[in-house]
Amino acid sequence: MESLIIILVGVLTTVAIYLVLSKNVVRVILGTAILSHAVHLLILSMGGLKVGTVPLLGEEAEVYVDALPQALILTAIVISFAVTAFILVLAYRAYQELGTDNLGAMRGSDDE
Amino acid sequence: MYLLIFAILIPFIATALIPLIHKRIGAFHIGWFVLLVPLALFAIFVMQIPAISNGETLIQAVNWIPSLGINFTAYLDGLSLIMALLITGMGSLVVLYSIYYLSSSDSFPHFYAYLLLFMGAMLGVVLSDNLLVLYVFWELTSISSFLLIAFWYHRKNSRYGAQKSLLITVFGGFGMLAGFLMLHSMTGTFSIREIAAVLGQYTDHTLFYPAMFLVLLGAFTKSAQFPFHIWLPDAMEAPTPVSAYLHSATMVKAGIYLVARFTPLFGGSAAWFWTVTLVGLVTLFWGAFCAVRQTDLKALLAYSTISQLGLIMSLFGLGSAALHFGDGELGELYGLAIFAALFHMINHSTFKGALFMVVGIIDHQVGTRDTRRLGGLISFLPITFTFAVIGSFSMAGLPFFNGFLSKEMFFTATVNAAILPAFGASTWGLLIPVIAWIASVFTFVYCMVFVFRTFFGTPQLKKLDRKPVEPSIGMLISPAILCIFIVGLFFVPNLLGDHLLKPAMNGIIPGIPGAAPHISAWHGFNAELFMTLGIIVIGTFLFLTFRSWYKIYLIQPAGWNFTVLYNSFLKGLKRAANWITTHYMTGYLPAYFAYIFIFFIVTSGGALIFTGALSIDLTADSPIAIYEGMLIAVMVIAAISMLFAKSRLTAILLNGVLGFSIAIFFVLFRAPDLALTQLVIETVTTALFLLCFNFLPEWTKEDSPKRTKIRNAVIAISAGVTVTLIGLTVNSGRLFDSISGYFEDSYELAGGDNIVNAILGDFRAFDTMLESLVLFIAGLGVYTLIRLKLGKGTKKDEHQ
Repeated sequence: MESLIIILVGVLTTVAIYLVLSKNVVRVILGTAILSHAVHLLILSMGGLKVGTVPLLGEEAEVYVDALPQALILTAIVISFAVTAFILVLAYRAYQELGTDNLGAMRGSDDE
Repeated sequence: MYLLIFAILIPFIATALIPLIHKRIGAFHIGWFVLLVPLALFAIFVMQIPAISNGETLIQAVNWIPSLGINFTAYLDGLSLIMALLITGMGSLVVLYSIYYLSSSDSFPHFYAYLLLFMGAMLGVVLSDNLLVLYVFWELTSISSFLLIAFWYHRKNSRYGAQKSLLITVFGGFGMLAGFLMLHSMTGTFSIREIAAVLGQYTDHTLFYPAMFLVLLGAFTKSAQFPFHIWLPDAMEAPTPVSAYLHSATMVKAGIYLVARFTPLFGGSAAWFWTVTLVGLVTLFWGAFCAVRQTDLKALLAYSTISQLGLIMSLFGLGSAALHFGDGELGELYGLAIFAALFHMINHSTFKGALFMVVGIIDHQVGTRDTRRLGGLISFLPITFTFAVIGSFSMAGLPFFNGFLSKEMFFTATVNAAILPAFGASTWGLLIPVIAWIASVFTFVYCMVFVFRTFFGTPQLKKLDRKPVEPSIGMLISPAILCIFIVGLFFVPNLLGDHLLKPAMNGIIPGIPGAAPHISAWHGFNAELFMTLGIIVIGTFLFLTFRSWYKIYLIQPAGWNFTVLYNSFLKGLKRAANWITTHYMTGYLPAYFAYIFIFFIVTSGGALIFTGALSIDLTADSPIAIYEGMLIAVMVIAAISMLFAKSRLTAILLNGVLGFSIAIFFVLFRAPDLALTQLVIETVTTALFLLCFNFLPEWTKEDSPKRTKIRNAVIAISAGVTVTLIGLTVNSGRLFDSISGYFEDSYELAGGDNIVNAILGDFRAFDTMLESLVLFIAGLGVYTLIRLKLGKGTKKDEHQ
């Protein structure tokens, strides 16, 4: 299972990076969103999958799954949401000001 | 007792105090306060003379970074003591002189802060036993020299000279650092004394010669040896007290000190002997040759300093032969050169210091130092003239001045070198005294130029800025004291020889105490005396007929010197840097992303493959259920079809598929908190995308050329493969136990049943708090971006 998930992570990473490398702002933002999905899955698989019960002590189980990656991912989901929201609005604002969503046209002048 | 360490620190402390004191003392000249520092230090070091002359040494250590072998070890032996006395003694005289030299428009606090900074750094160099501490102080002297040369920073030449000196000396210093690290890797210690004790076993080590040459590179750049001498004439843009102090008496002798300090380590080998001797001799000749043609008195002194430094350097080279022979007749014969080198080092500081101060007086009193405008000053500045004569005649090696004694010993050493029975000197050895003699003739000529062009001939008062008069008495005290030393050392040289030079020499060539001579002015009619007589006769002749052989200087074509080389190198460097920067800093975001990903692929992927870490082990994997496999298939299909999505709506829906699939995975992988969060966030994100799409244009097909698309695909696939391989490798074996077991006590430790919540709310509560801060800042950013009106702000209103 873990290996399969890791391969899935690889596929998601590939797609994400291809999108990030494109000129269109929205494609880049989508790319970053997919990249965070990939990273979340990767972190989760590092702790081992399905080797215990839900990490709630009330379950009184012998083995719980690793809770640490879950805590990390919970933080990461929220942060990646915040960043996605911010760059989406940034893209909106850049389009309002510059009239383009093409990164090639946003290069600025030579003096900068 | 940490007397030595305090001695190093006192100037730094005083530097820090200067701005505080400067504000309090009002009209009182801050130089008088500064003067106390070198005077007190000088007294401290003078008190060490009895112990050192008995052959004792002082070591005081403070552990600094013991795990790396870096300790603040101060070590005082004869050689360090000579340098320390020069630094503090000359320092006192120069500070006293500068009080009268600087004009009221100069910034005194800056000047004295830099000067004290230099003094502390220089004491650090000569008292450190630890190579890395020495290196730090070494570079600090370069930096303070830079600041002092650029003291009048509104002048273009000052800035140029400062940069030149810094670039050249720091370049050499950097090489020296590499040499030090090589010494450490050979011997395992940074202590000079410990290295000296064991380095003899490593002469066959592959790093032995690289280390030697790199250390010499540092010494040669610092001491302005050919071909690195070009920075010293430009350094003369500094105020004259600085030139007298840093660029003739102390800092430029740091390289010589380094050579002396490393003679017990490397001396005795042919490479050391020839490199140091020949570089020294070439510098001696070239400096003297160039000095004669100078019309600026300070430039003349600069080239003369280069030349004299070469002389001292070559003596250390010649003297290193003594270590080849060890104790015995030959060892004593060649060890004399070390003694002569130390003696001349002190003498040079006295007479060159006096001469710089004389130039400073002339410049200060008449407003120029150009020999074409000067002349006949003898009747206006008789006292200054006396100092000039004493200094120059000592430099020329004439009797009744200390320079004569050390110059004669220099000739003895070169004559002996001609018959050196080692290092293959029998074939070319004769060249050594010949070059030395020719260079000394030129030395004599420029000494005469200095005295006669300035003080004799017809006065050209119209060309001077001011009517020449003697300066105030304060400006004359320092050169007067130096002149007393110049004459005094001629009559009682053995006081110095027995108490300072002998112990210093014993430290440089240990085990050959018989090499120290009893200094006497009269040796009978020997080769050295005839060499001196020949110099006087030929030199006088050349000085008088200067106009007829002046053309010799025109042989060297105008563009053929090292300064031109240096300038064009800098220019090329600038152009290359500019070219590279404009080619990779394109301002195009995808290009920067490409750099980041390529760097990741090369370093992480490369490390994974070339360190042999890569391993794939599937045995520990948990089983796969059918529905899980289907879910994975759905995600792969969704991800790949996103690349081919014709409209952004399709793409955002496919992204939703990915997000919700992951939420299902979280459920399957026993992570209910994550699943809940993911569901909420994914919904909000999708809504946000759709909202923004209202304001953004429909995306068009990527119009990049095929080549770019293929390049992007290659980067993306390589990165994906790298991530997969890293993940598989990590998954196939654990190097450490997991730390997660700790959190399973969450009920006892944090009172929480839900481990994930306990981690977020208790164990890592600060992280969570700061995360909320990030959310808050992002929210603020979103709000600001929407509400912000740039410039006139009309554009946005139209859209609404």
